[in-house]
Amino acid sequence: MKISKQEVLHVAGLARLNIDESMIDMFADQLGDILEYVKTLDHLDTTGVPPTFHAVDISNAFREDRIKPHLDRNAAVSNAPEEEDGHFIVPKVIE
Amino acid sequence: MDLHSLTIHDAHELLKNKKISAKELASAVFERIEAVDPVVDAYITRTKEIALSQAEIADKTISSGKMNLLTGIPIAIKDLICTKGVPTTCASKILENFTPPYNATVMNKLNAAGAVMVGKVNMDEFAMGSSTENSGLKITKNPWDLSRVPGGSSGGSAAAVAADMCLGALGSDTGGSIRQPASHCGVVGVKPTYGRVSRFGLVAFASSLDQIGPLTKDVMDAAILLNVISGYDPKDSTSVNTDTPDYRTFLSDDMKGIKIGIPKEYHTSDGVSPDVLSAVKNAMAVFKDAGAELMDISLPHTQYAVAAYYLIAPAEASSNLARYDGVKYGLRDTEPSSLIDMYKATRSKGFGPEVQRRILLGTYALSAGYYDAYYKKASQIRTLIKRDFMQAFDICDVILAPVAPTPAFKIGENVDDPLTMYLSDIFTLSANLAGIPGLSVPCGFSETGLPIGLQLMGTYFDEQRILNAAFLFEQATQFHHKKPHLKIK
Repeated sequence: MKISKQEVLHVAGLARLNIDESMIDMFADQLGDILEYVKTLDHLDTTGVPPTFHAVDISNAFREDRIKPHLDRNAAVSNAPEEEDGHFIVPKVIE
Repeated sequence: MDLHSLTIHDAHELLKNKKISAKELASAVFERIEAVDPVVDAYITRTKEIALSQAEIADKTISSGKMNLLTGIPIAIKDLICTKGVPTTCASKILENFTPPYNATVMNKLNAAGAVMVGKVNMDEFAMGSSTENSGLKITKNPWDLSRVPGGSSGGSAAAVAADMCLGALGSDTGGSIRQPASHCGVVGVKPTYGRVSRFGLVAFASSLDQIGPLTKDVMDAAILLNVISGYDPKDSTSVNTDTPDYRTFLSDDMKGIKIGIPKEYHTSDGVSPDVLSAVKNAMAVFKDAGAELMDISLPHTQYAVAAYYLIAPAEASSNLARYDGVKYGLRDTEPSSLIDMYKATRSKGFGPEVQRRILLGTYALSAGYYDAYYKKASQIRTLIKRDFMQAFDICDVILAPVAPTPAFKIGENVDDPLTMYLSDIFTLSANLAGIPGLSVPCGFSETGLPIGLQLMGTYFDEQRILNAAFLFEQATQFHHKKPHLKIK
């Protein structure tokens, strides 16, 4: 399957990645190869087969809505590249 | 006596009988690391100070007579399991300076059991790979042949156990990442049933497939470690609330009447090395002699597993790895002035090529217009693969197969061709897609002396049966007593 440069750049944009100019062709070829291989799935008729998103049958793991000890706020932001008074600092969002 | 080469259960006896102290044991392990890790490169972070203070506490516990099987035992941890106060890098530049403010549940369990943490070991970046060559930090070598890969993604765990740089290790398995490196390094590795071990604090790769498990020098040790880390955890909504048996009590040399399924799709010479074929064939004979009944079975959708896996796992990864945005933790590229550009610059700088490739693939498969053709289709095939196993386990107790098509390959041999690398996961991916337990136990050596593992898979929450089969095999063969000859500096 052929994946174009534009498709790589479009998907990279969705994934919030800048792809280095020198890597675009490589990624296009490799993704094309992988997607070509994945086409083998089309040989199988799966009409009416329910999808499995989770291997073991458990659903709705409910718990009591109770306050429990939780991570201290300062600990939670301790790895932030930039923080102030327990808040994450990000570049300006609104112009 | 070389203390570093002890198994967990032998070390336990010596500790219990006061023949050695936990501090002596920990010191011996660090001496070994200093001697051989410069050539093996398994460790990203060594935690000697923590280990020695944990060993001191363990010695007090032992004198007070309240020890258990892991008290004072030096364990290595794959570097994607969160360790409070100790860097957890996922072998990625993006998390190189990340120090978790909390412990994974498995770490709390190890600590409560009195285990000694030796350090954090290398892996493919975010567990994406089959050789540990995708590590953004260092290249780990196979202790049996330093020009070869240790397998992956838990390559650091497997190499550290094989080279006696710990007594046991934790790894994680999303598509074979415990079993394949265990096979390549000649150690035991167990991927438990999905939901058996809490994933809380395990940095997520593909959440519906990831599972933590032990890598050890023999099957008894795997049972001991699995005993400690298993169990329901309210902090992991996918962990299953079911009893954990004491796996040691199932280890016997009696296999009479046990039915072992031989799936024809896994016993093919197509792309499988003659060394692997003959080792697996010999293993079948061992089980037959022990009184097990071998039976031919079929898992007809096996040929679709690689394609289904390489849509599902990257799709989940692309979503899970969205969290690395330069805001909450990890790397930030401070150059760009806008938020979106900061995200992009940070992620492109921080993620290595394989991680970017899988994010692109997963994003593509989930993007508008492609979801039904890729992600949904793969998830339907996952149902068929799961049904294959359930039908097989209606007629047999254990499934026997190779772990990997070849012994460990040369460093650099497959790096330019991701698809070929993916195809080498053919025998291990299906257990993750289905959620069943599987293990690798040493079953022989190639002509050039490289270890080969045997895979045993069981039905849901039936780890005891595959552990028993592996234990019997180990007792009958003794491959696990062979060690690599490392030149010590």
